[in-house]
Amino acid sequence: MAATKRITADVVVIGAGIVGTAIARELSKYELSVVLVEKEADVAFGTTKANTALVHAGYDADPGTLKAKLNVAGNALYPKITQELGVLYKNTGSLVVALDEDQMLHIHELKIRGEKNGVPRLEVIPAERLLELEPHVNPDAVGALWAPTGGITCPWELAIAYTENAVLNGARVLLSSPVIGIDVHEGRVTTVHCPNISIDARFVVNAAGVWADDIERMAGRDDFEVTPRRGEYYLFDKRASRIVARPLFPVPTPFSKGIVVAPTVDGNLLAGPNSVLTGRKDDYATTAPGLAEVLEGARKLIPDLPVREAITNFAGLRAVAEPGGDFIIGVSPGLSNFINAAGIQSPGLTAAPAIAEMVRDILSDAGLELMEKPDFDPIRKRPLRFTELTREEQARMVAEDPKWGHIICRCETVTEAEIVAALHSPVPCTTVDGVKFRTRAGAGRCQGGFCGPRVVAIIARELGIPVEKVTKKGGKSRIVMGPSKEPLLECSCSVEGMEKEVGDDV
Amino acid sequence: MSRIECDVAVIGAGPAGLAAAERAKQSGAGRVILLDRDRELGGILNQCIHNGFGLQLLAQELTGPEYAEHFINKTFDSGVETMLNTMVLDVTRDRQIIAINSDEGLMRIDAEAIILAMGARERNRGAVTIPGTRPAGVFTAGAAQRFINMEGYMPGRRVVILGSGDIGLIMARRMTWEGAKVEAVLEILPFPSGLTRNIVQCLDDQGIPLYLSHTVISVKGEERVEGVTVARVDENLKPVPGSEWDIECDTLLLSIGLIPENELSREAGVELDAVTGGPVVTDEMETSVPGIFACGNVVHIHDLVDNVTREAWAAGEGAARLVTGKQPRGATIRTRAGDGIRYVVPHVVHVQNLADRDVRLFMRATHPAENVRVEVVVGDNVLFSKFERVVRPAEMLALTIPAGRISEEAIASASLADAGRRGEEGSKNGPELVVRVTPRDVHKRGGVQA
Repeated sequence: MAATKRITADVVVIGAGIVGTAIARELSKYELSVVLVEKEADVAFGTTKANTALVHAGYDADPGTLKAKLNVAGNALYPKITQELGVLYKNTGSLVVALDEDQMLHIHELKIRGEKNGVPRLEVIPAERLLELEPHVNPDAVGALWAPTGGITCPWELAIAYTENAVLNGARVLLSSPVIGIDVHEGRVTTVHCPNISIDARFVVNAAGVWADDIERMAGRDDFEVTPRRGEYYLFDKRASRIVARPLFPVPTPFSKGIVVAPTVDGNLLAGPNSVLTGRKDDYATTAPGLAEVLEGARKLIPDLPVREAITNFAGLRAVAEPGGDFIIGVSPGLSNFINAAGIQSPGLTAAPAIAEMVRDILSDAGLELMEKPDFDPIRKRPLRFTELTREEQARMVAEDPKWGHIICRCETVTEAEIVAALHSPVPCTTVDGVKFRTRAGAGRCQGGFCGPRVVAIIARELGIPVEKVTKKGGKSRIVMGPSKEPLLECSCSVEGMEKEVGDDV
Repeated sequence: MSRIECDVAVIGAGPAGLAAAERAKQSGAGRVILLDRDRELGGILNQCIHNGFGLQLLAQELTGPEYAEHFINKTFDSGVETMLNTMVLDVTRDRQIIAINSDEGLMRIDAEAIILAMGARERNRGAVTIPGTRPAGVFTAGAAQRFINMEGYMPGRRVVILGSGDIGLIMARRMTWEGAKVEAVLEILPFPSGLTRNIVQCLDDQGIPLYLSHTVISVKGEERVEGVTVARVDENLKPVPGSEWDIECDTLLLSIGLIPENELSREAGVELDAVTGGPVVTDEMETSVPGIFACGNVVHIHDLVDNVTREAWAAGEGAARLVTGKQPRGATIRTRAGDGIRYVVPHVVHVQNLADRDVRLFMRATHPAENVRVEVVVGDNVLFSKFERVVRPAEMLALTIPAGRISEEAIASASLADAGRRGEEGSKNGPELVVRVTPRDVHKRGGVQA
């Protein structure tokens, strides 16, 4: 690794999912050099981009677990965090629906568990009240647990916002930088190696999601194993979103909170996830049986689920850590400056703001001095979105910059100005998926059929790269293979074909 | 926000919008404005550089851009005003349009009549739920067509095409000519979705295999498509276990149908037909919202542009009649799809129009059949019929009822006879013009032969 660049950092955070980005942002409040490394081409490209996007109330986890404690604590931080960072969050409340009297017993148990966990204002409500709140719910429902502190947010938006705010406050982000080696000397991690850069670090935080056990093994430890559990989802058109006003849960099983039907903050409807043990950490494929299971589960809650309004399906991986199944947050045994934030499955999104504070305190206890930056700016301005502006504001924006008058994505009404701004935002955005996550171009009902070629052209133009270098999500995910006339010049059989075409035209 | 007033505003400058705008202007409308979101007129025709356009209407075999050019010239000559790079954001019931472009910014357009001609969008992977990974390399056929023909880039080198719709067939040939290897075209139905001439010219002539009753059951590859798993399907269109095999490829093209683009229509409160996915229209091509007209793929999916143009002319004339105070009055009669017919457009016909002018009905068969009569009946009384050697779901049927052929009296007496036969007072909704397909020999006894 002689040819690689070498830098130093007080803290290296490995993994730019919701947990790693929250930690990086928390640490950027202090006089520290913080480097966030991510193997993917963008932040939030792992578990953070494919989950139920819920801010859980916290009645679910067993009392006394980290999950229980950090869920409730994280939930309470959401209004402030999302306001500071300009991220959508809706405190919708949530409902656990009981379909028979047996399930009602579980509902009462959940309420007791939730109260032990410190969840405020839980209430068991009768069927009539449930139907008032959610008129499309299964008419067989006998009652529900009402959790007013439940809500919805956008996980990748939050991860992007955390990262942008961290960068604004001095943190450094290295994308497309997989960790390939970790040096350890006398019980302390000394250096984190990526393909093009090596970072001498005083402290390392392992927030590598489903890969966290592999990262810990690179540092010579083997304290836990991540056994990913795949969850599949259907996403529905915005037209379908009116069918529910807030997340609806079934009564949970020991393995999962069950298949949920929930609105998203962007106005879509989401159904899922199922729960399938998978042996692979890159198993993001949906399956026919899995998707059928999702529909079946969702229909138990909403019998008239508008299946025909499905616009896409996807799968995510839960980073379940064994043994224990709880979050693993703490100094790695035998490595005094290596802190795990691992096994962060659900309710990881909700817990992330609290996990960040906990990791900060662990670092402090381990000897990292935390001196507050006097000029820390907690505010990350929400990028302007055409659809969120009034007509008058829209008119003003076009007058200032004609790109605001050029709609690129018709389904989500995204302008060229928004895409250009995303491509020049504080965290490098270089991919079609990156543009989608930042602007929603391509996230609508036609799923990029219309705007895809246009977005590719804008990326190439703004980044000054050839069109054939533009990728969907980094690596080898190129959108096009090259200029279309290339093979004609190389291959005589194609030239014959060309003549035939010309002949047909005459 | 600037304000504009006009007689007729046409949304979308593809073949439907071009013909509707020009015809409205020629038929006496004052100011006609044609709006399009793209940088040039012609819509999707511009990327359809293959030939075969205009055979019926212009008696010429043109490419898409040539067909567009013909109507673009007519549009300019007629004095229609055009606004390009302009996206319509909103249409209201009282015919107010909010649109935006980079030069003029936000605009409010108040129109006496609006013609919706937004066309269609392609059904995508999510609409049919193809499981598997989500790599780069999955395109709708139209997006791939735009990449090759408009932007000049190859979307892939080894291709599998799902769906035998016309765009997919055209793209199979196009990509072959550009040096790609098209491994297979898969069609879930037991018969092709595209025109026969395209099956022959685009697949057979290129040596590309077509697998009927087959579909893609999984997509493979993390970053870029690496292959697909395909399987035969049973009569319920479910994959047959054990029939699956893998095809290596870097690209999956989807040609699995078009969806009329009716987001604006919905906002305006226009009633939509669940079968066509487009507005319910009269023979004036007027929707359920007075003064809002529609034509082309926004109403129902066409396979020949010639029919789009014909339908757009009807819309243009209808809008002009509205703004010049010459709309037909009096009784209307609903149309309905009978045996062997999936839908009929228009949904409502003015009885006065049946007397005064040729009325054209468009419809699609539910399944392929040979040597049949397409009949217009009231009750069991055939008022008009036409022989068809072959009908196919993929090929739209057009039935032109000549002026005066079906009179008000004929409808009334047929309706009465029907009520008498059924021993009722007549149907609750009044008489309906039912279009049906019957084997050729069944009705030798009655009806008017076309």
